[in-house]
Amino acid sequence: MADLYTVTNLRLSLADMTAKPLFGAAPGIEILKGLSFTIPKGTVVGIVGGSGSGKSTLGRALVRLLEPSDGAIRFDGTDITHLSESALRPMRRRFQMIFQDPMSALNPRHRVSTIISEPLRLHALDAIPDRTARALDHVGLPQHFATRYPHELSGGQRQRVGIARAIALEPDFILADEIVSGLDVSSQAQVLNLLEKLVADLGLTLAFISHDLSVIRRLCQRTIVLYHGGIVEDRPTADLFADPQAAYTRDLLDAIPLPDPAQVWT
Amino acid sequence: MSFLSIRNLSVRLKNGPPLLRRVSLDVAAGEVRGLVGESGAGKSMIGKAVLGILPPSVEITEGEILLDGTDLLRLSPKDSRRRIGATCALIPQDPLTALNPSHRIGPQITDRLVDILGWTRAAAEARARDLVAEVQIADPARVLRSYPHELSGGMRQRILIASAFAAEPKLIVADEPTTALDVTVQKQILKLIAGMQARHGTALLFVTHDLGVVYKVCQQLSVLYSGMVVEDSPVADFFAAPRHPYSAALLAATPKYTDPGAGLHPVPDAVIDAVRAEVAAFDRGAARG
Repeated sequence: MADLYTVTNLRLSLADMTAKPLFGAAPGIEILKGLSFTIPKGTVVGIVGGSGSGKSTLGRALVRLLEPSDGAIRFDGTDITHLSESALRPMRRRFQMIFQDPMSALNPRHRVSTIISEPLRLHALDAIPDRTARALDHVGLPQHFATRYPHELSGGQRQRVGIARAIALEPDFILADEIVSGLDVSSQAQVLNLLEKLVADLGLTLAFISHDLSVIRRLCQRTIVLYHGGIVEDRPTADLFADPQAAYTRDLLDAIPLPDPAQVWT
Repeated sequence: MSFLSIRNLSVRLKNGPPLLRRVSLDVAAGEVRGLVGESGAGKSMIGKAVLGILPPSVEITEGEILLDGTDLLRLSPKDSRRRIGATCALIPQDPLTALNPSHRIGPQITDRLVDILGWTRAAAEARARDLVAEVQIADPARVLRSYPHELSGGMRQRILIASAFAAEPKLIVADEPTTALDVTVQKQILKLIAGMQARHGTALLFVTHDLGVVYKVCQQLSVLYSGMVVEDSPVADFFAAPRHPYSAALLAATPKYTDPGAGLHPVPDAVIDAVRAEVAAFDRGAARG
């Protein structure tokens, strides 16, 4: 199967504001330390790691919200590593993002219909009302939700609007960054089931960032484990759970509290 | 004899809808009770009522909060505060906002002991050093001189645990103490809380939304829906066979990585409708008086 993303020796540094002198530039701190991997078309890849492991930074580099300092990211054959903002704009329609906290990712002063259709207008697409209605349909929200405001929705419904906005553009790739970690378990299950269905129905390629290995196991065919900005494991999810290779992966698995007397924490 | 006994506690928004509906629960000395439920179910509200820190926008409409046999709600505000302050403590959710960013760690632990409980400064400082060592911080002297921003999230939560245990409270309310932490750090903190609780014989009211955490730390469990206790069971019984359909559905929705087929089942609409009907029936009964 063709690869949608080919990432080679990706490095990314950000300004370390904690070490910035009063005058002068902040020194750089390397967050991603030479990552190489591919994401085949039509797969769901999980990205896990602890806080500060670089998983969100990696996600933001994939959708070019951040510019890598070294290495290369190829998206469907095009090198997007250092593309300018104007060169990126037409491509952005093809890689979309769903955010962790839908309350802060949705404009509180806009109705759902505006929130979903805004990106369609920016990309100057036709048949905007049809596309908006279809997106609502896909995420299982009734059409009359189009006139509601974000504060009138539950957490799970808000996250559905976030998903609708991403899929309305008919992207090839979606980055989902901790999109269920703010939800209750019952809405979590609904949103994950929905995502699973959309991936199958729309032939999406998905990168799913999470700190929760139970969620990753359910959704992802392949899992990349990050630790301090490096990949410690990149394998099919089933293999990873059956036989974790890296010590860090084993720690991560063992740390999930299970209602199971067989799990003893030493 | 329970150290904490809540009887038929109802709380509502002033002139608004009920938030807690005749909640009853007991925490025996040295016992850990988990409070679970989804957002807005009222689990934190119970902890706040016990500690006398309900927001001014809500009021208690009925019930008793018996602390060691004395009903806090019948005491004057001053007496009630004094009693709570002497016997209870809180481990809050977010360790960063719970610490004052412009003060060093040491005084944030010792000031309460000196100013409110009347310890000498030397005794309070010795106690702080011991406790900081007990929560497995490698260099207690340095950490006590640090400011909160110089410590990691896990370290800050350890400090708050040390601080909660400082005056040997009889009861600690832990309000989602590990929700803001990484799972590997969460494991360390849960082990630490469980170990300290057992060593000090403290009763613990443990608010969480994670049933895996409940299994690890608690002996008793109250499941809340919409401010109503729908199930009150020993933890072992709950995981073997939950009694209420809603709590069973909550368990089925919890993801389990060891069994990819299990877990992550959305709570069925029928279950939600049934438990809502229970809440509505309760409200009709309450309106009739």
